Amino acid sequence: MRSAGLRRTRRISRASAAALVTALALTSLASCGTSSSKDDDSSSSSKGSSDPSAPLDPKTKVTISIDCMPPAAKAAELREWKEDIKTFNEKYPNVTINGKSTPGQCNEPPRFTAMLKGKSQPDVFYAYFSDLQQVLDNDGAEDISAYVTDKTVPALKDIQPQVVDVARKDGKLYGLPTSNYTMGLMINRKLFKQAGLDPNTPPATWDEVRAAAKKIAGLGKGISGYGEYSAGNNGGWHFAATQFGLGGDVVDATGKKAAFNNETGKQVLQQLHDMRWEDDSMGKTQLLKWGDLQKQIASDKLGMFLAAPDDIAYMVQQLGASYETFGLGPIPGAKGTLFGGNNYLIKKGSSPDQIKAAIAWLNFKNLTPGKGQFDWARTKADKLPVGLPQPNFFLGESKTKDDAARAANATMPVENFKAFMDNPVPGKAEPPKAQEIYKILDNAMSGVLTNRNADVDKLLSTAEQQVNQVLANQ
Amino acid sequence: MSAPTLSPRKATRPRPGHPGPARRDSAREEFLRALRRNISAHGFLIGAVLCFSLFSWYPMVREFILAFQKNEDGTTTWAGWSNLTYVFNDPAFWQAWRNTLLFTVLALLLGFVVPFAVAVVLNEFRHGQGYLRLLVYLPVMLPPVASVLLFKYFYDPGYGLFNRILGIFHLPEQQWLQDTSTSMLSVVIAATWMNMGGATLIYLAALQGIPGELYEAAELDGAGLLRKIWHVTIPQTRLILSLLLLMQIIATMQVFTEPFLLTNGAGPEGSTTTVVYLIYQYAFNFNNYGSAAALGLVLLVVLAGFSAVYVRLSRSSED
Repeated sequence: MRSAGLRRTRRISRASAAALVTALALTSLASCGTSSSKDDDSSSSSKGSSDPSAPLDPKTKVTISIDCMPPAAKAAELREWKEDIKTFNEKYPNVTINGKSTPGQCNEPPRFTAMLKGKSQPDVFYAYFSDLQQVLDNDGAEDISAYVTDKTVPALKDIQPQVVDVARKDGKLYGLPTSNYTMGLMINRKLFKQAGLDPNTPPATWDEVRAAAKKIAGLGKGISGYGEYSAGNNGGWHFAATQFGLGGDVVDATGKKAAFNNETGKQVLQQLHDMRWEDDSMGKTQLLKWGDLQKQIASDKLGMFLAAPDDIAYMVQQLGASYETFGLGPIPGAKGTLFGGNNYLIKKGSSPDQIKAAIAWLNFKNLTPGKGQFDWARTKADKLPVGLPQPNFFLGESKTKDDAARAANATMPVENFKAFMDNPVPGKAEPPKAQEIYKILDNAMSGVLTNRNADVDKLLSTAEQQVNQVLANQ
Repeated sequence: MSAPTLSPRKATRPRPGHPGPARRDSAREEFLRALRRNISAHGFLIGAVLCFSLFSWYPMVREFILAFQKNEDGTTTWAGWSNLTYVFNDPAFWQAWRNTLLFTVLALLLGFVVPFAVAVVLNEFRHGQGYLRLLVYLPVMLPPVASVLLFKYFYDPGYGLFNRILGIFHLPEQQWLQDTSTSMLSVVIAATWMNMGGATLIYLAALQGIPGELYEAAELDGAGLLRKIWHVTIPQTRLILSLLLLMQIIATMQVFTEPFLLTNGAGPEGSTTTVVYLIYQYAFNFNNYGSAAALGLVLLVVLAGFSAVYVRLSRSSED
């Protein structure tokens, strides 16, 4: 028979084991829990003035978190980031900036969407121009209209109005731009020369593109003349860009109806179909998305594709290509081009001091000619690219100053982008419900690029019906 | 036959609605005794319950709520049936279901029959069975992404391995993933290769549990290989077969990784868009969590229907 003492000891040890397991479970739960929506270190230690027009009180200690800090792998960019914080802190010693680096691209749409839903964005967060509506739907950003003035952002009057206006809704401003782009025709100069084409005069019409693609594909060795996306919503994105170039549109002026089932839309799909199947100048591998064509052109397997200028930096820095390989011309047709970019927004719930500190930092880092990202002399010294026609949002005096500094410090043959720079094409913003529409148009693009017997009229009318349905459900 | 006697507990159970004070006390004591007796069990359980609550049950409830809400300009409002209406009106909805069902049927034809056949063949080997088992299971040990990318290379119409093999035999090249008529089949072949190892081992274990006497008896009765499989192997492994069939239906209807990586999700003209990929698109590309949750509910109902049919069928076959 067991003694009462032994039973009690067993009970105690059992209870202790249970308590230990519970504690461990709770600890592990706590450690694997989601990040809080508010970082502990993102705060202002004392209340400054809540008057937006009042300058940031130097006695108020403010901490802001911000994403898109360069990762350790980008050593030179990270060094510049730290230098900029140091310089900024000379004027604003009371502001602490906690940078957060992100692997890969600063904004990957699935991650960005989840971040907004979980309200885990940093105080100052990076977004694409087309992200504003989803940020507002998630109540994710502060209205900073009253804080952004000629005093807080002196170059404001010299920034292209359409670049600032993409961050505006119902008269309220929610963000400040970091960079912008307009799409053009990227060419591989080496392949142009090998095919007997003039790399200083990139094709300006689609007939010229088709003829050049045929010649380049004629080089053999698995080389394609022209490349195009048809997956990951990128096909629809490029369909829109090509439409804009030909003077077409994706949705009508009301934003409620599809506007691509017409002669321009047919031309876009038919020419791609013909290049793929009649000329065999687009290669056999299709269903490509962003990153695929860059790899092809960087390895001299592709002659041309539609791209933004900053693709060159990606191909040189990440894929090991050389600047001399690439040239840039205006988008074929040149009646309009897709324009986009990125900006920084400030998280909803930030204190007035945090907003002021964030604007001061963004102004210094991204919007002042000669400073931060526009300190071209330093960029050159750090062996980073100088001379790309992007960002390119200044006007007037700021533009003159910036263009001169960029040309003086160019680290790449800027004359290769002359055709693009000398022939500016009016930019056109992306349509509403852009990603949904691009997904639908992906099917039309993949249809002509993977099916020899594709029915262009049917593809367009199906896509039109689907886009109208999406737009009706706004 | 003696009359049934009441158990002591039944005999002393108070009549409902009339619990006397003494009986209430004894019930309380009994409850406390049971609590003390099981306290460590409850303690051990609490971690799992908390984990399931936070990461399984709460998301399910949240999904149900989300399916009837929408976010606009920072305001969350009740949306009624509008998310479901949106989903049903989306032209991609029916295409995604057609594709998913096609994948399920093809995956069952290949992924159900092939592992079983491989297990039967493996079971016949007297030597080197361990080595062969390892070979069959090897693809499961590879990270799924690596396997899928390997197949992406195999399928490439320009430089892929499969077209090279066809070229050796002077057969016409195929577009594989880039043709609406072959894209889904190509995805199924890759998925089967990646996942059949696990199913094969389960079948093999079931086969090895069949008593050898049954085969000997069948042989004495003059049964050949096919008759032995039909009359001995299949009846003896029926439970495992039906269990794996159900699991496979449920798993294949939730297919996502393979088309997402092989064809970037949608495939040519949307021919590999599956229901789960559409849910992903709604949530993470369109920021439309309401519709994603609504489609998730639709999928749940369909899968619950499959499970109910299975339970019903298995019960009636037992009867």
